[in-house]
Amino acid sequence: MTGRGGPDPYDDAYGESSGGPGDGRDGPGRGSDADLPSHPAGPPRIPPPRSAVEDSGHWPGALDGGIPAPRPPTADEAATDEAAADGTRADETPAERTPAPGPEPDTATDPKANAEPEANPRPEPEPEPEPRPDPAPPASAAPPAPAVAPTPPATPTPPATPAPPAPPLAPPLAPPLAAPTPAAAHPLSHDLLRSLLGAWALTACSQEETSAVEAHLNHCPSCAEEALRLRDAVGLLHTEHSLDLDPMLRSRVLAGCLGRRPARIPMPGWAGAYDAEAARLDALLRDMGEAEWRAPVRLKWFDGRRLTGRDTTVAGVIGHLMVVDGIVAASLGLPDPMGAAAPRSPLDRTEAYWHHEPGAAYGAGPPGAVRELWREQGHALVRTVSFAGRGVAELDVEYGDFALPIRDAFLDRALECWVHAGDIAEAIDYPYEPPASAHLKAMIDLCARLLPGTLAERRRAGLASPPRRLVEAGTPGRTLHLQVEGTGGGDWYIPLDSPAATAAPEEAVATIALDQEAFYLLASGHVPPQEAAAGMSGDTEAIRDVLFATASLSRL
Amino acid sequence: MQQRLARGEAAALAELYDRFASLVHTLAHRVLEDDTGADRVTREVFGYVWENPDAYDPQQGSLRAWIAMLTQRQAVQRLRASQTASARGDTLTGEALEERIREASVAARADYIVTSMPAPLRAALELAYFDRRDYRQAAAALGVTEDEARRRLRLGLQLLSTAHVQPPRAVSSPGYGRAL
Repeated sequence: MTGRGGPDPYDDAYGESSGGPGDGRDGPGRGSDADLPSHPAGPPRIPPPRSAVEDSGHWPGALDGGIPAPRPPTADEAATDEAAADGTRADETPAERTPAPGPEPDTATDPKANAEPEANPRPEPEPEPEPRPDPAPPASAAPPAPAVAPTPPATPTPPATPAPPAPPLAPPLAPPLAAPTPAAAHPLSHDLLRSLLGAWALTACSQEETSAVEAHLNHCPSCAEEALRLRDAVGLLHTEHSLDLDPMLRSRVLAGCLGRRPARIPMPGWAGAYDAEAARLDALLRDMGEAEWRAPVRLKWFDGRRLTGRDTTVAGVIGHLMVVDGIVAASLGLPDPMGAAAPRSPLDRTEAYWHHEPGAAYGAGPPGAVRELWREQGHALVRTVSFAGRGVAELDVEYGDFALPIRDAFLDRALECWVHAGDIAEAIDYPYEPPASAHLKAMIDLCARLLPGTLAERRRAGLASPPRRLVEAGTPGRTLHLQVEGTGGGDWYIPLDSPAATAAPEEAVATIALDQEAFYLLASGHVPPQEAAAGMSGDTEAIRDVLFATASLSRL
Repeated sequence: MQQRLARGEAAALAELYDRFASLVHTLAHRVLEDDTGADRVTREVFGYVWENPDAYDPQQGSLRAWIAMLTQRQAVQRLRASQTASARGDTLTGEALEERIREASVAARADYIVTSMPAPLRAALELAYFDRRDYRQAAAALGVTEDEARRRLRLGLQLLSTAHVQPPRAVSSPGYGRAL
C-alpha cells in the first residue's frame, strides 16, 4: 500500500535529500523570494552575464538551432543527461512501476539528479548564439508582467473542468504552426525543454516557457510525441477522484461477507464498536493534507468541578488516542507504544507523549505519521482479542486510578474515538455522523453503568450530596430514570444511594430525558452539566448529582 | 493477509476492507457512475475475496492489483448486465457500449495509477491540476527545487499516460479466469 498522505518513508527521504539543500543552492542565482512569482522565465541555467562568449565558438552546432544534440556533451551536460535518463527510465517501464511503485529508485537517483547540475555551476553550459539579433530571447527580455497562472494562448487545457473528455489531441501542435518562431530564439536546452513537458501539459509554466516548448515541438518529434501523450494524460485526472464512502457500507459489506462464509475466528461482539469507530475516524483522516494535520483542536472535558480543555493539533489528538489505546494494548501483552516504564493514567501518558513528541502536538515533522501507528495498534488490539476469545473477557485494564474489564475498556475506547473524531471534524469543518445505533447504545450503556461508581466517588470528594438512606447491597434503593432518545437511545435506571444497590423503576425519584446528541455533549464534557439540554422532573438534587456525574465521566 | 483470510479471521477481513474499500468503490464508481452499483460491486468483490482467499496468486502481482482487477471486471460485468437488461428500449448500441466500457476502463486504470503512484508525484500533480499552481509555486509548496517539480509533473503524467495502453491481459488475466 502506498501511503496516502500518511507516513511515507519515501516522502521523508525525499524532503531531506532534495528539498532543503536544493532550495539553498537555487536561492542566490535566482534572487530574492519575492522575485519568484514575477520572474518571467527565469531559467537558472542560462547564465546571465555573457562573459565567455568565445566559448560558443567551440560549438558551431549551437548556431544551427536550439537542439544541442549534435554537440559532444560537456561533463556537466553528461550529468544532466544522466538526470534526464532518470526520468525516461521510468518511461520505459512504467507498467511495472505502477502497481507497486517502489520508492527506492527515485530516492537513490534524485539527489544526484538535483545536486550535480546545480552543485557545480557550469562555466558556460548553454553557449548562446548572438543574443542581439534574436527577436525574443525570453531570458534577457524584461519581465512582461506575467500572469500568476499563465495560460498559453491557443492551447486549451481546462483542468478545472474535468468532465468532458474533449479530445485534447490536435491543439497542442497548432500554435507553433500558426506563429512560427525560429528555434534559435529559444536558447533553452533540449533537456530543459523536455523537462518542461509535464508542466506544459498541465499549463503550469510561464508564457515564455510555453512558447519555447511549443516552438521546440515543431522540431523535435520525440518531444512532440511525448507532449501529446502527456496532454492526453491530463484528461485522465479527475476532480472527484476520492468520494467519501458511506461509513455504514463497511458494516454491510462485512456482514455480507460473514454471511457467505462464517468466520472461524470471529471478532468478539464487544470489540465491534471500537473496530467500527476506529475505521470511521481513519476514513476521516484519509485524505487530510499537512495543513489539516496541523489544524488546532481544543480537547474539552469536565474535570469534576468545571469544564477544562487542552490545545493540540489533529495529529496530537491521534497521538493521544494512540497512547491511551496503548494502555489496553499493554494489558493484552502487546507492546506499549510508550515503553514499559510509561505512566499509567491517560492524562499522564498523553502529557508525556506530547512533551516527548512535540511534532505530534505542535506541528513539526511529518504530522500524519502517527495515524499509521495508531491504526496498526488498533488492528492489533482487535486481532488479539479475536484470537483470545473468551480467554480475555475477564481481564481488567488498569488505567491508573481506575480499572475496567476489557470489554468495557473497548467500549470506552470506542466512545473516546468517536468523541475525538467529532473534535477533529469540527476543527476541520467536516460533517461527522454518530455511531451505528447498536454501538451508540452500548456506549451509553457503559456510561450508565459507570454512573453509580462515579456518583459515589463524587460523594466521597464532597462534590455530591450524601445518600438519603442506607441501602443494603443488592436491594433496590432510590433510582433515577435516564431516558435517552434517538436510534441509539433507551431507558436506564441509575441507583442513587450506593453502587451496590439495585435500581428499580418503581423507586424512581427523578427523570432526566435528553436526546442522544445532548447526552453525547454532556458525557464528553463538551457542555457544562448545568446547561445540558435535558428535560428534568423529580428530585432536583438527584438530577444535579447525576448530570454532574455524567459530565465527570469525561476526561482527556 | 492471504493466510489470515484463509484462516477465517474476521479481523483480517475488516483490515482488508480498511485497506482497499476506497480503491474498490472508486474504481467501480468510475465504470458504473452510480453509487448503489458501486456499493454492490464493493460487496461482491470483498465477498469474493473472503470466500476465495486462495484465488489470489502472489506470483501474479500485488494484492492491490488483483483486487483492482477483480473490481474492474465485476463492474464491467454489471454495466453490461444493466445494459442488456434495459436493451429493449433506447439504450446504447453494442459499439457505443464497448466504447463506454473502454473509456471507463482507461479511466479506472488512471484512477488506480493515481492512487498507487508515489505520494510525491501525486502531490505535485494535485498542486498543478487541482490547485492550478504553476510548477514554480508547486516547487515552493513542496519544498523542492524547480527542476524536481518539473520532473515530478512529467513523471507523474508519464505514469498516468500508461492507462491508455491496454496491458495485454490486465482486465482478465488467465490466472484469474473464474467469474466472481
